[in-house]
Amino acid sequence: MLQKQNTLDPNKWIDEYADYLFNYAIVRVNNSDLAKDLVQDTFFAGLKSAKNFQGKASERTWLVSILKRKVIDHYRKINSKKGQAEVRMNFYNDGENEGNWLEERVPQDWNNASEKAIENEELKSQIDVCIDNLPEKYAMVFRMKTIQEFETEEICKELEISTSNLWVIIHRARTQLRKCMEDNWFNN
Amino acid sequence: MFKRLNITCNEATKICDKNQYGEITILEKIKLKIHFLNCVICKLYTKQNLLLSLFYKKQAEACKKVHHCLTSEEKEVLKQKIKEVKT
Repeated sequence: MLQKQNTLDPNKWIDEYADYLFNYAIVRVNNSDLAKDLVQDTFFAGLKSAKNFQGKASERTWLVSILKRKVIDHYRKINSKKGQAEVRMNFYNDGENEGNWLEERVPQDWNNASEKAIENEELKSQIDVCIDNLPEKYAMVFRMKTIQEFETEEICKELEISTSNLWVIIHRARTQLRKCMEDNWFNN
Repeated sequence: MFKRLNITCNEATKICDKNQYGEITILEKIKLKIHFLNCVICKLYTKQNLLLSLFYKKQAEACKKVHHCLTSEEKEVLKQKIKEVKT
């Protein structure tokens, strides 16, 4: 009889893969509690479908593929209508001014635009606060691209979105972030 | 032909944002330059964007140094839960 190349041993899952999966989840969702839930759900789903494991992939690869689905499911959830409603507009949406800056959102000169602030801890926490203020979907894509420095192609593949969709999200996130930083840091 | 090169501020700043990651096409670059000829606001946006990118980059560096782990208590809880599901 042919022996399977790889086998599953759920008793070892936690010790061997929990940290790896947790890290995988947290760099994508940036929320410790949520990442923990996703990892737990992955193990549960793994137990449930263990009988379908064909032994072709390694145990870890197989678990990661389950977690990937969990991450997409989460993204879909935050991409639902509720998420869309929170987006602040920066440009006229229609009419003859369509695409022009909304007057109250026009970028202002900054009083305090020094590069020296880069080592400042307060600056770092202000950036975090501003990112957290974004709608969750925007924060997630912005972080993956800008803070975790994923390749565009990889984000699109993982979240099942198009490249142009990604750039629209990045654009909206950055415009909104700029405004938040302007109000709370540069011109505060 | 020139009409096709004309873009709105929304479009221009979108290209500018994309450019922060070095991922714009030559056509986009041309469109952006033409837009700058008569839009000081987007020019300012671009200048400020560079500074923001610098700050974000620093944030990225700091973030990458962190390795996230579960505590041993959290792992024990998970183990217990898996045991329950298995039986």
